[in-house]
Amino acid sequence: MSINDVILKTVSKAVVLIILTFGIYLFLSGHNQPGGGFIGGLVIASAFVLMFLSYDSETVSEALPIDFKKLSAFGVLLAMTSGVVPMFFGEAFLSQSFGYFDLPIFGKTELATVTIFEAGIALTVVGVVVNIILSISEDE
Amino acid sequence: MHLLILAILIPFIATALIPLIHKRTGALHIGWLVLLVPLVLFTIFVFQIPTISTDETLIQTVNWIPSIGINFTTYLDGLSLIMALLITGMGSLVVLYSIYYLSSSDSFPHFYAYLLLFMGAMLGVVLSDNLLVLYVFWELTSISSFLLIAFWYHRKNSRYGAQKSLLITVFGGFGMLAGFLMLHSMTGTFSIREVAAVMGQYTDHSLFYPAMFLVLLGAFTKSAQFPFHIWLPDAMEAPTPVSAYLHSATMVKAGIYLVARFTPTFGGDAAWFWTVTLVGLVTLFWGAFCAVRQTDLKALLAYSTISQLGLIMSLFGLGSAALHFGAGSQGEIYGLAVFAALFHMVNHSTFKGALFMVVGIVDHQVGTRDIRRLGGLMAFLPITFTFAVIGSFSMAGLPFFNGFLSKEMFFTASVNAAGLPIFEVATWGLLIPIIAWIASVFTFVYCMIFVFRTFFGPSHLKKLDRRPVEPSIGMLISPAILCVLIIALFFMPNLLGDHLLRPALNGVIPGIPGASPHISAWHGFNTELFMTLGIIVIGTVLFLTIRSWYKIYRLQPAGWTFTVLYNSFLKDLKRVSNWITTHYMTGHLPAYFAYIFSFFIAVSGGALIFTGALSIDLSADSPVSVYEGMLTAVMAIAAISILFAKKRLTAILLNGVLGFSIAIFFVLFRAPDLALTQLVIETVTTVLFLLCFNFLPEWTKDNASKRINIRNAIIAIGAGVTVTLIGLTVNSGTLFTSISGYFENSYELAGGDNIVNAILGDFRAFDTMLESLVLFIAGLGVYTLIRLKHGKGPDKDEHQ
Amino acid sequence: MESLIIILVGVLTTVAIYLVLSKNVVRVILGTAILSHAVHLLILSMGGLKLGTVPLLGEEAESYVDALPQALILTAIVISFAVTAFILVLAYRAYQELGTDNLGAMRGSDDE
Repeated sequence: MSINDVILKTVSKAVVLIILTFGIYLFLSGHNQPGGGFIGGLVIASAFVLMFLSYDSETVSEALPIDFKKLSAFGVLLAMTSGVVPMFFGEAFLSQSFGYFDLPIFGKTELATVTIFEAGIALTVVGVVVNIILSISEDE
Repeated sequence: MHLLILAILIPFIATALIPLIHKRTGALHIGWLVLLVPLVLFTIFVFQIPTISTDETLIQTVNWIPSIGINFTTYLDGLSLIMALLITGMGSLVVLYSIYYLSSSDSFPHFYAYLLLFMGAMLGVVLSDNLLVLYVFWELTSISSFLLIAFWYHRKNSRYGAQKSLLITVFGGFGMLAGFLMLHSMTGTFSIREVAAVMGQYTDHSLFYPAMFLVLLGAFTKSAQFPFHIWLPDAMEAPTPVSAYLHSATMVKAGIYLVARFTPTFGGDAAWFWTVTLVGLVTLFWGAFCAVRQTDLKALLAYSTISQLGLIMSLFGLGSAALHFGAGSQGEIYGLAVFAALFHMVNHSTFKGALFMVVGIVDHQVGTRDIRRLGGLMAFLPITFTFAVIGSFSMAGLPFFNGFLSKEMFFTASVNAAGLPIFEVATWGLLIPIIAWIASVFTFVYCMIFVFRTFFGPSHLKKLDRRPVEPSIGMLISPAILCVLIIALFFMPNLLGDHLLRPALNGVIPGIPGASPHISAWHGFNTELFMTLGIIVIGTVLFLTIRSWYKIYRLQPAGWTFTVLYNSFLKDLKRVSNWITTHYMTGHLPAYFAYIFSFFIAVSGGALIFTGALSIDLSADSPVSVYEGMLTAVMAIAAISILFAKKRLTAILLNGVLGFSIAIFFVLFRAPDLALTQLVIETVTTVLFLLCFNFLPEWTKDNASKRINIRNAIIAIGAGVTVTLIGLTVNSGTLFTSISGYFENSYELAGGDNIVNAILGDFRAFDTMLESLVLFIAGLGVYTLIRLKHGKGPDKDEHQ
Repeated sequence: MESLIIILVGVLTTVAIYLVLSKNVVRVILGTAILSHAVHLLILSMGGLKLGTVPLLGEEAESYVDALPQALILTAIVISFAVTAFILVLAYRAYQELGTDNLGAMRGSDDE
């Protein structure tokens, strides 16, 4: 699918960056504001989809050598591992913990294991959504 | 240490090990290693005899599913110990015998794995005190029996026999399970001992008789009692060691064991007495009668096993009267029947095991077991002949063999029963000794057939495949041990009686300690002795004149057997279920959806109306703003327009309208996370639809008939109305207090201000994790559907 | 408001089920998509509507709307997307292999 539309390409270069930033912001702010792994993942995925729509998939694949199947598998694995780890500390499967730390630049910051879990979810969502769209659009 | 549980587990562990070790045994036959298992277990159980013979019992419990009362409770009393010794003792002999019996082309690992599986399951049956655990092991014996009968699965008859035995025994097993559940619902416990202890209070309960008959159904099918006996002759397709082990010495005695085990529960009731006794007697007679006409030695032994099982069964029936009388001389008189039953159960295992092994030797050395082709083998197989004489004379109830003792006691019991002052025995009671006697005459006749037709008379060597010789010594050891036992038990019966039978008797008819007699061979010239003499005289006459009365077997019309009934039932069952299935399983997806939604309307809507739950109360509703009203109208119109869309593109865009309207609703209803997600998902979904439309044809007008469309409309409207009514009803009241308040502590519990996100990531993280798994699987599914096309194989040049 | 939404859910369900009962495979998929819309609205209205403020503790409000249905719906939205994607692809692959988008013509062979 190659659409030689210069305007689309130029605009999407900028827009993709904005969407990606927005997606990462949503992912990180999910703990206290609207957002989280799912939404962040979906927004990031839609940025990728836009890239694949405006450029042909070969160009994007060269610039971005990610196997989205493996990405989604890694996401599931990450989410599961983050659930298994607490079991070694005598906690139940998937129990999360959090704490507050003083970091040099950010000041008092909350760090929570749920972020790792959410990251797994986000990676799964990105991997799966892009993989589905790519598989269909590349079918001859 | 939980010795008993270990004893049950050892065979299962060994089963699992067999595939691992069989390739490493080298020249050593794997049977020798397998032999260790029953030998060790036998030794373990032998060492329990001193404890058990002082009337102690062993109880060991491991909690399994304590919340619903299922515990792995094992219980060893005299009755269990006898069975356990039979299982492991016969098991050792049979494994030893099989080492020489099986040919090198057979698959040893399979054979021994099945055999050990059976051994473990059977030990589980006799040692467990929990009804449900017993049931599980019970069905496991059926399954291992199925596998062993079908061991030579390339034979059609083996497969037929295996299926028949499985269908009949599992059918009975299901009935038994239902009976067990009834017992549980009456008494509230799954423990057999506890059930027996409290059953006296429930004899008037409406479930008492159903439970009794269902338990008996399980026992009768397993022990091949009339009319369920038809599976046993077909089970003879199994290798002979299996027939000797499962289908004469142990598994078929599981039903007998069950009856004995439940005698304390149901015994003393007239229905129990009559059912068990009569079924046993009919089986005894019919088995003996049919055995005479068999031409295959194994079939003869199969019918003889049926007959003997009937004998033991009827003895347990007669003996249950003892519980009606309780302690005292009357109780002791009828308790003797139970003693005889236990005694005969042991004796039968010895002589029938020996006889099966004899048939195995004949089959193995001569190449046939057809009586019409055999004869004069005494000269070639003198040792085997000796075994045959000992085994069959014991079975016929002749002196100097253990069968004589228990047969005499059987006559005593049946004569006593004729004079029983209870259960309205007076009218028909005399039939009991008469049937017993006639059946014993036939028993005598087929025992003589077994010996004389095989080993005496003209030799038909020309018809035989090869010249017979005695087998190797290994094959003779097992029957020799059994024959020694047969004779030893005649001369020293009280050794067995005092140490095993007496404690077992206490388990079957508790509270009647005096019922255990001193066994002696000579009782003077009494009725029983004359009955035996009569059997010998009449039996000999009948055997010699068999040709002149053989035609009575032709009186039974060919189509009038239970096997024919069974076969035609199976055929009809297949036909009818096929007919039903093809009528509703049309293969049309819309039809299935129509079933599902109609069922939904009928059940959910019906429940709503008929339980009177339906109520509509709008008072708690929040107010409706103008925007919300307009948005609702927009959605309703968009939805209905989809039905009339001429082009699929219109339909997809209308669907998009629905999706984005819902996103706005999420905003209005204070759900920012949902609104964001819905917006992105709706966009991606629409892209997905449009992409797929590249590959799909433009949709045509739904050209279904008007009748179908109206039917669909009715179902759709019905479902819509049902959902609305359920929603309105739920909205009108509160059945439970809301649990949502808990999640508002998300900052303290999960360190997050976003409650929705805290639920997803922390409180209900399991849901979320599985959801991402679903997503992942769907993604893989899409990928494989597209990339791995049928016939093309994986796409090699895909980019990585 | 709740009753109005529930009636809307009923309308959506009717439309969805009518589409699902159709023979055309795209109509069936569309039907399932609409059905999930209906279910999401139903679950949300079961928790009560507009009874408080957005479920963010940062708002420091007196009461918040029920967050549990929202979490459930969020899960359901993503899953229904996954399922829709899968059956869409299934439909078009079936069309490629069998040459029809008519469910009536897609029955399996008799000996299945």
